[in-house]
Amino acid sequence: MNFFKLLRLSPWSARIGMLMVLINVFAAVFAPVICPYAETEVVGDVWLMPNQENWLGTDHLGRDLFTRLVYGARNTIAIAFVTTILSFVVGSILGFFAATLGGWTDLGISRVVDILMAFPTLIFALMVLSVVGTGTTSLIVVIALLDSTRVFRLSRAVAMDITVMEFVEAARLRGERIWWLMRHEILPNALPPLVAEFGLRFCFVFLFIASLSFLGLGIQPPTADWGGMVRENAGAITFGIMTPLFPAGAIAFLTVGVNLIVDWFLHIASGLKD
Amino acid sequence: MKGIVSLVVKRLALGLITIIVISVLIFVGVEALPGDLAEAILGQEATPETVAAFRKELKLDLPPHVRYFAWLGGFMKGDLGNSLANGRPIAELIGWRFANTIFLAAVAAAISVPIAVILGILAALYRNTLFDKTISMVTLSTISFPEFFVAYILIALLSVQIVLFPSISNINAQMPFWEKIYAIILPCLTLSLVVIAHMMRQTRAAIINILASPFIEMAMLKGLKRMRVIVLHAFPNALSPVINVIALNLAYLVVGVVIVEVVFVYPGLGQLLVDSVSKRDIPVVQASGLIFAATYVSLNLLADVLSIISNPRLRNPR
Repeated sequence: MNFFKLLRLSPWSARIGMLMVLINVFAAVFAPVICPYAETEVVGDVWLMPNQENWLGTDHLGRDLFTRLVYGARNTIAIAFVTTILSFVVGSILGFFAATLGGWTDLGISRVVDILMAFPTLIFALMVLSVVGTGTTSLIVVIALLDSTRVFRLSRAVAMDITVMEFVEAARLRGERIWWLMRHEILPNALPPLVAEFGLRFCFVFLFIASLSFLGLGIQPPTADWGGMVRENAGAITFGIMTPLFPAGAIAFLTVGVNLIVDWFLHIASGLKD
Repeated sequence: MKGIVSLVVKRLALGLITIIVISVLIFVGVEALPGDLAEAILGQEATPETVAAFRKELKLDLPPHVRYFAWLGGFMKGDLGNSLANGRPIAELIGWRFANTIFLAAVAAAISVPIAVILGILAALYRNTLFDKTISMVTLSTISFPEFFVAYILIALLSVQIVLFPSISNINAQMPFWEKIYAIILPCLTLSLVVIAHMMRQTRAAIINILASPFIEMAMLKGLKRMRVIVLHAFPNALSPVINVIALNLAYLVVGVVIVEVVFVYPGLGQLLVDSVSKRDIPVVQASGLIFAATYVSLNLLADVLSIISNPRLRNPR
């Protein structure tokens, strides 16, 4: 089934999801073009109500909230995306390794992953960040490694089913190397479930980074990011100013969009039941 | 009966090993990571003397395994060392905060578990109707929302627009019980909304799974009422997955409180952990991290044990 046919058959919920994601991607890509001001430019008084010049008002330092929101899309989504990619690279390579090699390699990696998964992720991330300090690089590496345990579980399970197929056995008998087996025999067949999982993991990582930024331990100011913006403007809400709800709503908007698409993907992957 | 006991004992032993490995990880993690702790905290300008004094204070001059056992031994006895930030004993800092965290999580659980299970059963009963679809849309969005979004919406609605509940949940030991409950209503609601969504979806899935089995078809063909089939035939069989779902979500609750505590400035363990991380108060982070991890692992363990006990097939493995 080709891509466009699939798109035409998509249910309305998935289309809404795609529209929601596209709006975000558009904002992220064209941020400098869309925005009337620069990312950290102070344009007016603190916590102004929405008006002609500042469409969504201003934040706790008098910066334009709309501009911050659009740049926030860029930073938050980019960092979450890079983290998810890294987590998939690490997780799926280890998972394929464990499945193709089996034996002690499999046992060793699996036990380590079991232990890491028994540990609540947020607590683990907080502990590691307390030692290595906060910063974008350490944030990406820590979250990617923690999240790769989940990717490992899935890719190992998927690859396990593939490694027992005849064509893998044939390749093994031909004397192919382990890398060749992983790249040419296992990866193409394991791709569909991994792609569906990518959406789910992206949502998780995205929310996770937003939460850490909200706690003040993720992306550091003055870089605009949604979790941090909620934290910075949290005080406004007690005065009845709705500023923190905009970035928080933006986070919710994107995750709902991705989840709607993932729901449709999972429905297709499950073989169009009912 | 003997089978159960040995299964449960095995599972408990596994859990204990996990907690021990986690404690080693927490301890060694601090060592293995790049940079010297003393220099990281005291800064670049620290003189060699202050660094040496600091290392002595933290007993960093002793070999790692000696310190690990001393730390673990102290943990068992309730002596957690002193905080780096203010020099007070950590046990004193953590004790009442942990009790507060458990209080918040327990109240949230008491609200959310019955609601989630009933909603899950109803959604399974009226599957694919408007009721089911609405609930599934609402829960899908609640799951996608970050906890602080739900929290701030609740504050905006119930504490600012209509002044009903306090937006800051400050409680202390002297407060009477109902006053405490009043103070934590908003954080409780936030936690419940998030957890109900998860639990309800899983309960619905578990019951629908059971509804596909032959004995349910049989009951339907006998002409029994739908309600009777679900409550008397499907639910007892779905009990094991549902109990599992509840215990897993309780584990999630204990960890999920961290963000909610920060939003509502609630004096709990999560708040302390986050504060200590930004102050790089490592001993406090280690102690509270271990408590969180141990609670989480024990609740997961409870989920496993309960599902072994409530499922006859697991009870008598072939």
